Amino acid sequence: MSEKVLMKGNEALAEAAIMAGCRHYFGYPITPQTEVAAYMAKRMPKIGGTFLQAESEVAAINMVIGAASSGVRAMTSSSSPGISLKSEGISYLAGCELPALIVNVQRGGPGLGGIQPSQSDYFQATKGGGHGDYHLIVLAPASVQEMFDMTFKGFNLADKYRVPTMILADGTMGQMMEPVSLDANAVETYDKSWATVGTGKHEGRNVINSLSLSPAQLEEWNKSRYERYALIEKDEVMYEEFMMDDAEICVVAFGIAARVSKNAIVAARKQGLKVGMIRPITLWPFPKEVISKAADKVKAFLSVELNMGQMVDDVKLAENCKKPVYFYGRTGGVIMSPDEVLDELIKIEKGEAKQW
Amino acid sequence: MFDKRVVLFMGHYGSGKTFCAVNYALALAKKGLPVSIYDLDIVNPYFRTVDAEKTLEKAGVELIVSPYAETNVDIPAMNAASYKMLDDKTRYAVLDIGGDERGALALGRFSEGIVKENNFECLFVVNPYRPETRDIAGAINVKNEIEQVARIPFTGIVNNANLGEETTEKHIFYGIEFCEKLGEKTGLLLKFSSVIKRLYCSIKEKTDKVLPVDAIKYGDWL
Repeated sequence: MSEKVLMKGNEALAEAAIMAGCRHYFGYPITPQTEVAAYMAKRMPKIGGTFLQAESEVAAINMVIGAASSGVRAMTSSSSPGISLKSEGISYLAGCELPALIVNVQRGGPGLGGIQPSQSDYFQATKGGGHGDYHLIVLAPASVQEMFDMTFKGFNLADKYRVPTMILADGTMGQMMEPVSLDANAVETYDKSWATVGTGKHEGRNVINSLSLSPAQLEEWNKSRYERYALIEKDEVMYEEFMMDDAEICVVAFGIAARVSKNAIVAARKQGLKVGMIRPITLWPFPKEVISKAADKVKAFLSVELNMGQMVDDVKLAENCKKPVYFYGRTGGVIMSPDEVLDELIKIEKGEAKQW
Repeated sequence: MFDKRVVLFMGHYGSGKTFCAVNYALALAKKGLPVSIYDLDIVNPYFRTVDAEKTLEKAGVELIVSPYAETNVDIPAMNAASYKMLDDKTRYAVLDIGGDERGALALGRFSEGIVKENNFECLFVVNPYRPETRDIAGAINVKNEIEQVARIPFTGIVNNANLGEETTEKHIFYGIEFCEKLGEKTGLLLKFSSVIKRLYCSIKEKTDKVLPVDAIKYGDWL
């Protein structure tokens, strides 16, 4: 392992994208993800890549569609309001079956909201955002190291399944600095004979398109894509279990909320409360099975999120009404303290908390 | 270490300028000197001087900061009271400036006055564990870019070698070696190393150019 360096999450992500072979970045500045664009602006010209600041987020995502169509690793990054603008293009990427990486370093919403960290784009990332029958693979890093590693993973998964992948980070993940090891992860290569690189380079015509003139054909396209989604749900679920062996209360949290919860769990254990955590690393596909299995052992779930309660519904669906589910969240750019989570755990233990 | 009235901390984005500036101001206050710290960072949305507000207030350090720092207002603003750094010559002024040449831009309007008074120390904060200043050429590049925009020459180097919580003596000694080499190329002297308190005693045995520093508490979740 090479010696570690100290990096911001946004920088680590940008460096990882370059190491993963991305030479086409299209973006538009917005706090708190601007360092991704700034890093790319500095690095891309030095390595023969393209950094392009588009005139808007809408233009940037359409440039990604164009670049991805030619089979290269392309990406864009933004923060919440910018992702809303990109949503049409994201749906087109899905419809065109194009691999690409989209990064959302979330801030508070709705609307212009604020620049402080948030996880309130969970619905947008996992339930659509854009229109039509589609999913994104959604990765939720919880450290600067994971910002780095998940970027490789994101590109690999996108290429493997020909789907757009999203890294759903938040302001703290983007802005905080941690030691990170810049060892390259595996860069997987997949067949891209579908790419539109000129008829001289492949047989017949390749067409990248999301428009179908026939309803039956469109249904066929959607069904075949959902067959791939089923494979992703079977093979690509990622999560971390923390102190779950003897846990009686299971916290479910991702990203920064998982960091806070970990500290709360350690404090709770010191008070004799048997608490553990399941941290989804993929938000889609959601780690349903491990939560369902945990429901047979624990007596309650607590979903901790930086929003008004978005993932908690997925926790409920996964544990299938076997045990009570509680929710604790802060929103608007406020981060909860470990003490607040600990108080909620104590309330659950005493039977004083209100179920979701 | 503490003889100049105006002390500027500039450097690469994320090199630890705020961290060094806050601790330097606290050290001045500890000597009973009147000191104000000016947050001139127009680049960074999070992790600002204002995070150390309570500590600074307790130590009697006056904090001049944009009223929008750490709020949801995303505009590169400075406090109008920033001009006090030039007007009030009875107080020490510690300047925390945004990263890289983009951050140094904010200093432009004050540089002429600072240079004219000629009672300043302009410190280049270096962490050789940041990728862009990992080698001497990279560090020199950042230094030149900043100086061009800030219109004020650096007068010394601060070694802020660290890997966050994972910092050991080894990292700090490597930083000293790195900054001395950088000094040979640039003609700048290493003024001091910032050393977290847990490592202070063992570093102090080897060199006396040390500023003991406390981490700024950003949140309980780190």
